[in-house]
Amino acid sequence: MKPRVLVVDDDSSLAEMLGIVLRSDGFEPAFVPDGARALAAFREVKPDIVLLDLMLPGASGIDVCRAIRAESGTPIIMLTAKTDTVDVVLGLESGADDYVVKPFKPKELTARLRARLRRYDEAGGETLTIGPPESPVTIDVPAHQVVRDGNQISLTPLEFDLLVALARKPRQVFTREVLLEQVWGYRHAADTRLVNVHVQRLRSKVERDPERPEVVLTVRGVGYKAGPP
Amino acid sequence: MTGGPPAAGPAEARPARGTALPQYFWLRSWHALQPLLRRLLSAWRRSLQARVATVTALVTGLVVLLIGLFLVSQIGNGVLHAKRDAAIAQAFSGRQVATDQFAGLTPGDLNGIRQAVDQITADTSGTPGVSEELYTKVVLSTDSAVNAGLPPQAPIPRSLRRTVERGTLAVEYAPVRTANGEVPGLVVGQPISTGAGAFELYYLFPLTAEESTLDLVRRTVLVAGLALVLLVAAIAVLVTRWVVLPVRVAAQTAERLAGGDLSQRIAVSGEDDIALLGTSFNDMATSLQQQILRLEKLSRLQQRFTSDVSHELRTPLTTIRMAAELLYAGRSGFAPELARSAELLNNELDRFESLLADLLEISRYDAGAASLDTERVDVIGIVERAVQASEVLARRHQVQLLALVGSEPVPAEVDARRVERILRNLIGNALDHAEGKPVEVRVGHDEDTVAISVRDYGVGLRPGEAGLVFNRFWRGDPSRSRLTGGTGLGLAISLEDARLHDGWLQAWGERGKGSVFRLTLPRTAGGTVTSSPLPLMPAPVVPWVPPARPATGAAGPQGGRPPADPAEVPR
Repeated sequence: MKPRVLVVDDDSSLAEMLGIVLRSDGFEPAFVPDGARALAAFREVKPDIVLLDLMLPGASGIDVCRAIRAESGTPIIMLTAKTDTVDVVLGLESGADDYVVKPFKPKELTARLRARLRRYDEAGGETLTIGPPESPVTIDVPAHQVVRDGNQISLTPLEFDLLVALARKPRQVFTREVLLEQVWGYRHAADTRLVNVHVQRLRSKVERDPERPEVVLTVRGVGYKAGPP
Repeated sequence: MTGGPPAAGPAEARPARGTALPQYFWLRSWHALQPLLRRLLSAWRRSLQARVATVTALVTGLVVLLIGLFLVSQIGNGVLHAKRDAAIAQAFSGRQVATDQFAGLTPGDLNGIRQAVDQITADTSGTPGVSEELYTKVVLSTDSAVNAGLPPQAPIPRSLRRTVERGTLAVEYAPVRTANGEVPGLVVGQPISTGAGAFELYYLFPLTAEESTLDLVRRTVLVAGLALVLLVAAIAVLVTRWVVLPVRVAAQTAERLAGGDLSQRIAVSGEDDIALLGTSFNDMATSLQQQILRLEKLSRLQQRFTSDVSHELRTPLTTIRMAAELLYAGRSGFAPELARSAELLNNELDRFESLLADLLEISRYDAGAASLDTERVDVIGIVERAVQASEVLARRHQVQLLALVGSEPVPAEVDARRVERILRNLIGNALDHAEGKPVEVRVGHDEDTVAISVRDYGVGLRPGEAGLVFNRFWRGDPSRSRLTGGTGLGLAISLEDARLHDGWLQAWGERGKGSVFRLTLPRTAGGTVTSSPLPLMPAPVVPWVPPARPATGAAGPQGGRPPADPAEVPR
């Protein structure tokens, strides 16, 4: 079954061109030209992934991003013409998994889409445990479930992947570059802010006190590692 | 203070004696005075008020002094003149009395003469109501033999006697002995010729009363003068204060304005010149504030515009890009001209994109919107990444790209993205102009700075061009083909990136000998660069000879030549 892509973009030429490229690469695109109708279209289409332009008439891309994230963990990739720190970070903080800067090459875009659609589908009923012993975080990988103190924590697929990547090798320190490659699928060095922002989002969900993390620890000057089980 | 008094040691070594030599005392007082003098001097230089008050006091003092001297001498003259006239009149009137005393005496009658002299001198000095202070009489004979027989009397100045002996009345100021000792006095002498011979009659007037009058006058003039000087100085201080205070307020306000608080104004009252100053100042401040706000608004607009243009341009460009890629991917099925067109379209789109990206980056700098994102990283790692990224380009140019860096990490607080961009620009630029000869990248560091130099042995630079290479769209030789199709903004952006770090980016080059671009950055964020650990001008300056291959792994300065920077980029 072809992966469904919801394209939220007001520029009809770009949308059409995106349609051509996506279809030729084996995706099934659906289109919505403005932000106000984006959420309704999202519910109707039930896409596997969303391509979202940041500058939209109606509601801004940031708002659409937040609205979708509020009800679903579906991967969102922003199309942005702005590389300014504030805009990109704002987009990531509002829930986008990744972003592509215009103008991009078709291969670049499809690579990003595929990387986000790629799932950890390794066999075996794997259960990982990390965090402080008195309050561990239990990850049921095949069931895609994270439990802490008896409460189920709802993570987006990206946050889940990030947590699993860290939890699989509890003592290893991951640099941001390695995480970008393992979780986001970037082969070359990319924007390490992606990692920073998503680690913050992950911490806000799994940590008891995000200011003093116990599950996802920062190793100063190097990167991150999972807290001891 | 230079060294302090060398004599202070011994002086302090024996304080028990309590009699430090006078020169030590003076030396010490001098050293103690010096700071005070310096403070006074600085007050003189800094305070208009102090200067005006001092000058006014000095000038007034001088005038008062002159007037005082004139007054004192006038009054003195007047008083003495009156006294002199009175004295002469007195002497005249006494002459007859004296002559009468000698009547009937013969020159040989010494006893009679003595009696007469006693009579004369006692007569006046003994007069009731006339104190001895008023005057004393002395009678002397021209004959010294007669004189020897007379009772001892007050001495008379010799010069006066000589005049009187010649037979004239004479007046002289001379000290007079009184009960209170010797005081200034007036002596009037006159000859009297009697039957008993020629005599001289002297009147000695002590000037005590006149002296005390003059003293009083002097003291009064002095006190009045001092009071006047102080008063005038005080008035000067007050008046200048009126003028200086608003000026100080204006200066403080101007400072705060310069410090960025554009809403600062001076409180204006009245309609005088000072008020005019305040009004003009405030007008200026308002005008400045408006200008600055306008410029800020323009800058914001420009930034906004840039951002909008960025978005508006990039959206259609994305469509074009994707369409071009599709055409490019399918070019094998096209007729040759169409296939070539698709290729050209694709290649030029790359250039167009990088040009657009560079333009946006430059405009971000122009709008002051660029910010530094520093992190403590290993500079060697950045250099290696930049060299790696340029390998493809080096192969295309068939140029050997050598990273002559040590293995030891060089941590520094820099914006890794910007530093890597600078290096890629410098390396790309060097490869462009290397003409097949190697390009070398070196890293040097010291305590505070880290330097990276990119050396090529290619075309080099003409004299004066080292300062131009960082200009936007500058091309060294317009006839040269554009192999890489650089945007012409790379070095300009690099310079801005270096400046953002408070670092240096400098160029050296010589025609036919190649060029060196050196980046020097502080190793801590916010640090400054005062010298670079790598030389800008290579030593010795020789053109590259193919077999000579520098040893790899050599980091740090080459040769001992001091970094004479012939092409310091104005910062």
